Amino acid sequence: MWPLIGILIVIIGFALKFNPLLVVTVAGIATGLAGNLSVEEILITFGTAFEKNRYLSLFILTLPIIGLLERYGLKEQSQVLISKVKAATTGRLLILYLFVRESTAALGLTSLGGHAQMVRPLVAPMAEGAAENKHGELPEELRNKIKAQSAATDNVGLFFGEDIFIAFGAILLMHGFFQQNGIVMEPLHLAMWGIPTAICAFLIHGTRLYLFDGKIAAYMKEYNHSTKNRIDG
Amino acid sequence: MIFQLEYVYYIAGIFLAIISILSFTDKSNPRRFTTALFWGLFGISFIFGKVIPPLYMGILVIVLAIIAGFGGVRMGSYQQTTDQEREASSRRFGNKLFIPALLIPIVTVIGSVVLKKTQIGDLFLLDQQNVTLVSLGIACMISLVVAMSITRTKGIQPIKESRRLLDAIGWASVLPQMLATLGALFGAAGVGTVVADLVGSAIPVDNRFFVVVAYVVGMALFTMVMGNAFAAFPVMTAGIGLPLLVQMHGGDPAVLGAIGMFSGYCGTLLTPMAANFNIVPAALLDLPDKNAVIKAQAPTALILLTVNVFLMYYLLF
Repeated sequence: MWPLIGILIVIIGFALKFNPLLVVTVAGIATGLAGNLSVEEILITFGTAFEKNRYLSLFILTLPIIGLLERYGLKEQSQVLISKVKAATTGRLLILYLFVRESTAALGLTSLGGHAQMVRPLVAPMAEGAAENKHGELPEELRNKIKAQSAATDNVGLFFGEDIFIAFGAILLMHGFFQQNGIVMEPLHLAMWGIPTAICAFLIHGTRLYLFDGKIAAYMKEYNHSTKNRIDG
Repeated sequence: MIFQLEYVYYIAGIFLAIISILSFTDKSNPRRFTTALFWGLFGISFIFGKVIPPLYMGILVIVLAIIAGFGGVRMGSYQQTTDQEREASSRRFGNKLFIPALLIPIVTVIGSVVLKKTQIGDLFLLDQQNVTLVSLGIACMISLVVAMSITRTKGIQPIKESRRLLDAIGWASVLPQMLATLGALFGAAGVGTVVADLVGSAIPVDNRFFVVVAYVVGMALFTMVMGNAFAAFPVMTAGIGLPLLVQMHGGDPAVLGAIGMFSGYCGTLLTPMAANFNIVPAALLDLPDKNAVIKAQAPTALILLTVNVFLMYYLLF
């Protein structure tokens, strides 16, 4: 039971809003000690895993480009572009992005998207711009909701698309795992049985995005009503 | 091979080293020394990651956590352009601004699909084990050159701009790697087997439906704890999936694997432990609530997890 102490520390630490880096470090050390690792072994595990997983931080490479383009008005231009498409609404735009993201990921093109490359510079500003075209200047809270939904849409599209591409890591991992346990199967079967969930993911999130337009309208109605009252009163 | 992943890490390390120096000279940052030290050490881990012995790298990691944990990584000032300046310049450059942004994904895809097997003499052009990451590195360099020539920017201006974005993300940029180290320690201490034993002893194994629920929900919960469905899959499948659903009840392992992994992904949508998908984007989009992306995803994840229980139950047998 003792190795589970790390999980407990993470849950309590996150709940009490301590700095996550510190929480994770303490949880790691405690787990290691509970699992009878020496301090040296714990440090070596920290160092090796940190070095091996440097690829997780390679989004840093995109920041100079995105930062530079933003300085010269990339966000503003995204909003100009979307304002020319009269039929564009936040929900429709995000449904289109969900579809493109999920289907390209299913073809193995997972790098055609991402938070640093696509969501911050293009998708989120366009989603905000589409709502602005309909409702005028948006309050900060609604703006943040639209940004969060843009990031969420990227994740949903990526996760439930990539797993039906047969050369993707998850498929190879499962194939290897079953092989080790004496079960031989075609990777294609694993990919195929992912399709029902992938379709459901698109329908569920797509429906939520479809309803999102109504939520934005309701929010703005409420907001305009309350600001008007404040001015009248 | 000609382009190796290690070279891409050198570039990231050099960026971070320059950011460290810029932070050091930024007098408006109340903690400029510790902020500079943080980015500097992070940069060192990129440039010298292969040659530093793991023990010392481990100490470096702990120092990073301590600096961040005690509020040592702060924002400075960044000489931003005004709204009017940006609007004027967006009119001036127009849609040309999209070219470098779109070049990043396009060149990455060309590299990872088309140039994958390209050889010059006996050497592969790209590192075969890390084709996508190396392609991303090359794409960023090409895109950076194009962006600088379109906007006629010189010198380290792009890195100054990236410091604004990186400081906004702050310590959260190291969190994905930190969580990966926690996963490694969980593995070394045998956390997985303990969890699988616990779940296995708590469910009525004769009832197919309950075992399906335990496996699907267990995948999601364990993924939430580990922050990664890949880490949860072997543990839950060896503990519950294979012995109970496949061997005892005769389920199809392909269905088990496919829907099981997707159930783990529902967990990924729900946890701050999957920092690179949930926490870093919230910081990147300047959202005041670091859990805003998780909150936006939660209804989708919970509905889909319920759907998965029934898909698994009807397709497995």
